[in-house]
Formats: sequence, structure tokens, C-alpha cells
Amino acid sequence: MKIKPTLENYMFVLPAVLIFAVFYIIPFIWVFQLGLFQWDGISPTRVFVGLGNFKEILFQDKIWWQSMRQAGYITFIALTFQNALAFLLAWACAREIRLKNFYRLIFFIPPVLSEVVVGLVWQWILDGHYGLLNNWLAQLGFANLARNWLSNPETALTTVAIAHSWKGFGWGFLIFLAGLQTIPREYYEAARVDGANAWHCFKSITVPLMIPIAVLVGILTILGTMQAFVLIIAMTEGGPAYHTQVPVLRILASMRGSSRFGYACAQGITFGMILVIISFIQYRFSRQYRRI
Amino acid sequence: MKAEIYHRIKRTTLNLLIHLFLIIVALTCIFPLLWMVSSSLKTQETVFKDMSLIPEEFHFENYCLAWQEGGFGRYFLNSIFYTVCVVLGIVLVSSLAAYAFSRLRFLGKNLLFFMFIAAMMIPIPGSFVPLYVLLNKLHLRDTALGYILCMINVGLATSIFMLKTFFDKLPQDLEDAAKIDGCSKLGIWWHVALPLARPVLAVVVIFNALIVWNEYVLALVIFDSKALMPLQVALMSFRGEFITRYPLLMAGLTITALPIIILYILMEKYINKGVTEGVLVG
Repeated sequence: MKIKPTLENYMFVLPAVLIFAVFYIIPFIWVFQLGLFQWDGISPTRVFVGLGNFKEILFQDKIWWQSMRQAGYITFIALTFQNALAFLLAWACAREIRLKNFYRLIFFIPPVLSEVVVGLVWQWILDGHYGLLNNWLAQLGFANLARNWLSNPETALTTVAIAHSWKGFGWGFLIFLAGLQTIPREYYEAARVDGANAWHCFKSITVPLMIPIAVLVGILTILGTMQAFVLIIAMTEGGPAYHTQVPVLRILASMRGSSRFGYACAQGITFGMILVIISFIQYRFSRQYRRI
Repeated sequence: MKAEIYHRIKRTTLNLLIHLFLIIVALTCIFPLLWMVSSSLKTQETVFKDMSLIPEEFHFENYCLAWQEGGFGRYFLNSIFYTVCVVLGIVLVSSLAAYAFSRLRFLGKNLLFFMFIAAMMIPIPGSFVPLYVLLNKLHLRDTALGYILCMINVGLATSIFMLKTFFDKLPQDLEDAAKIDGCSKLGIWWHVALPLARPVLAVVVIFNALIVWNEYVLALVIFDSKALMPLQVALMSFRGEFITRYPLLMAGLTITALPIIILYILMEKYINKGVTEGVLVG
């Protein structure tokens, strides 16, 4: 008599568990399995190479490590420039200000657009010959500053990083704004009574109370930016000459470009491990701050 | 008196500077989109020369050309179809599971729920590689069904988590009343729990719709036939084929971006709520 209701309860979770098992758990296991083989994705035979793929990634694949450094560079720009901008805008909007809702509406438009759309529009604006930016620079008398932003190895990576920041700062802005609005106004009023000026208030109330939120935004920024790649496909396709390659683009290239499925999986595992280590370090770091 | 005037001037200037800063950033956010629309209304000749934001003539026929000749009409319908199917699937599957995780009792409940949460935390970069292999084996590669199932899985864990958190906070009185009236568990889920969950369901629907509409890489890997491609993949392949037909490309981009912008402006409240609450939970 008791079996029937329990079975009924299982029916509720069955669809979710089935989809999850087939499309998450099986691929998850396969990544680790395939990483040990050399396989072109089609042929019925796979060659077992043990940890050979990982050895190649760690010791021979220079472009892989270059792509890792470049993703690190983009992440660095996102952490500093993008998040500083997000915080400043949130701070400006958190006070009693007119048009607050309008600004909030506008700043989150870039994040809802697809990376393909954003990348292609920016690529058109930054075009070396017919782009709007170079045209403006010429008209303002800075023609010597105009260049092929996306096909010049010196500027390509930074340009991509700034476009990424343009697309992403709205997230940090919304989170910082929500955080700033949880700070009770009485704190500031009490400080005013004690004779503190605006700078003192900012330094001694706003900053310490916002540190946990800043750490959170930092974690989200790092994990998000390290894995970003569609914007880069749309803007430069990883060029000129690997100068804007990032790890996920290398995985895609291993799979589709050179048909090395095993190697692509090994790259995925390596990169996933690095991300897990980074978030673990940050987790410890953020706990330390919470204790203070 | 004097000190007060000084104070007021100082405050007004500060306010002006703040507004100036905010307006400049807001303009930077919108301008690329205006330029996209502007370029989509120029001709193949003027698009490279005419650098004014408002073109001399409006060539709306670019949109017809993109829609028919560029095939964006087809791709647009594909994108709509995938988005609707995936979002419906996620709402049904995740609300059933979330309701069970919150209200019903069965062996292994906590373990299963923990599994979904763990999946939310662990990143698998390049998960498109094993998914491609899997769909190949199931003979679902290059099919709409294969893509839809993969995308349902993408949104599943987060949606279950959000809905379960909501159900946990919901008082049980109404459900008890329904039970006394002889309603089955499935009936309670459909008639009581789902209608009550409308505010969270709105957040689930919007976020998943954004994710599906904007998804690129899985669709790129899975679809070979042009007839099945969603907009994002079609845009990239259009760029590859007709590298210099900028007005048509920009029309295609506008067709892709506009529904999302409209949806966002209509549903801004829920998106805002989703971002801030989602983060405060995590």
C-alpha cells in the first residue's frame, strides 16, 4: 500500500533526473574517458594514449598557454576597469537621483544582447578602413591615432577586452547597486553628526560594508570572463595570428579544426581544473574577509 | 547665509557632474545599437561613405532582402521555435521536480537535489565536445529535438533551485485545503503550486528565454543543415559568405537584437529581481 504513493513521488522528479543523467552526467563522464584517447570523432577505433594528451598540453602546447595568458589579461581588465566603472556608476545611482530607473534600464541593455550581435556591431565600428571610430578620429584631427584596431597584434587584445567590459559592466552595476541600497542611511547620518565629511563616510562606511559584495562580483567576473569566447569569435576569430586566442576557443579549434576530440576533452579538463582551483582560492579568501 | 549658498552651489555642481558621467556612459551603451540600425538603412554604396547617424534616405527594403534573400525569416522562426520549446520544457520539468524536492517525501531526495546544485557549481568548459559525441550516438545530431533537449538541460539546475527556494517559503495552507477537497498531488501542483509561483516563473521564463535566444556554440556544433540554424549561427555564417554586404548584415543583427530588447524593456522588473536575488542567494 505504501509503495504506490512513493512511486508517484518519483514520477515528479523522473523527467528532470532523466534529462540531467543523459545530458549532464554522461557527457561529464565521457570527457574524462575521452581525454585519455586519441580520436577523430568519427572512426570506430580510438587509440589509448593514457596521459599523453595532458603531457602535450602541459609541456608542448605553447599556444594553449598563450591563450591562457590572454584570457588572464582580459580578466584583469574586466576586474579593474570594468568593475571600477560598475562600482562608480552604482555609487552615483545609489543616492537620491533623478532618472535613476532610466539609467538602470539602459546599463543592462548590453548584457542582455547576444555576444554575436555585440561582437559584429563593434567589429563594424572598429573596422580599419570604413569604421566609425577611425572616421571620428580623423575628423577630430587625431588621424595618427587611427589604426586597424582588430587586426593589429598590438591593439587587438585590449580592444577585445574593452568590448567585453562594455558588454559586462551592467552585471556588476546591478549587484553593487543592490548592495549599496542595503546599507542603512542611519549609518551615514550618525557619521555626519560626528562631523565626518563625504570622503570619511565613503572610506569608513561604504568601502568596508561593500567588500563582501566586491569579492562576490570579483568571483563572478573571473569565472565568467575566463570562459568567454563567442564575443571573440565574432570580433577576431582568435586572430591576428593567435593574438586573441582564449582557452575555450582552443578547445573548439581542437575539435572542429584538427578533429582531435580526445585532445579537446583533455584541454577541457585542464581548464576546468584551473577554474575550480581559482574559485576555491577565492572562496577561502572571501571567508577570511567575512570574519573581519 | 554665505556658507549655505556655497554649500548649494557645491552640491549642484556635484550633481551635474554625476549626471554628466551617467549620461555619457548611457550614450556609450546605446550608440552602437543606433549605429547598427542606421547602417542597416543605408545602401551598399553609402554605408561606406555616409558617416551620419541619420541616413539621407531610409532603405527599409534591406529588411525585406535580409528576411527573404538572406534567409533571416527562416532563422527567426527557428529561433522562436527553439526558445518557446526549451522554455516550456524547462518550466514543466523543473517545476515538477522543484515541487517534489520541496513538498514530497521519497528516498534519496537530498542526494538528488545536491546533485543538481553541484552541477550548478562545477564548470565544464568545452562541454559541447561530449554533447556532440552523445547526440551523434543517439542519432539526434542535426535535429531540432537534440538541440532542444540539450538546452533544457542547460537551464534545468538553476530553475529547479529558484523554484524550490520559492516553494520552501510558501505557506502550505492552500495545498492542504486542496488535499482535503480530494485533489491529487499532480492536481495540486498544476492548480495550486504553479499559479502561486507565477512571479518566480516569470524570472525563470525570461532568463531561460535570453539564454536560448542568445546561445551560439552548441547550435554551431550541432547543426549542419542551414534550414535548422537559429539566428546567432546564421549571422556568423552570413558574415562569412557575404563579408561586405554590411547593410544586410546590420539588418539581420537588428532583427536578432530587437525582440530581446523589447522583451527586456517589458520585463525589466523581473530581470532586475532575478539578478539581485540570484546573487544574494549565491
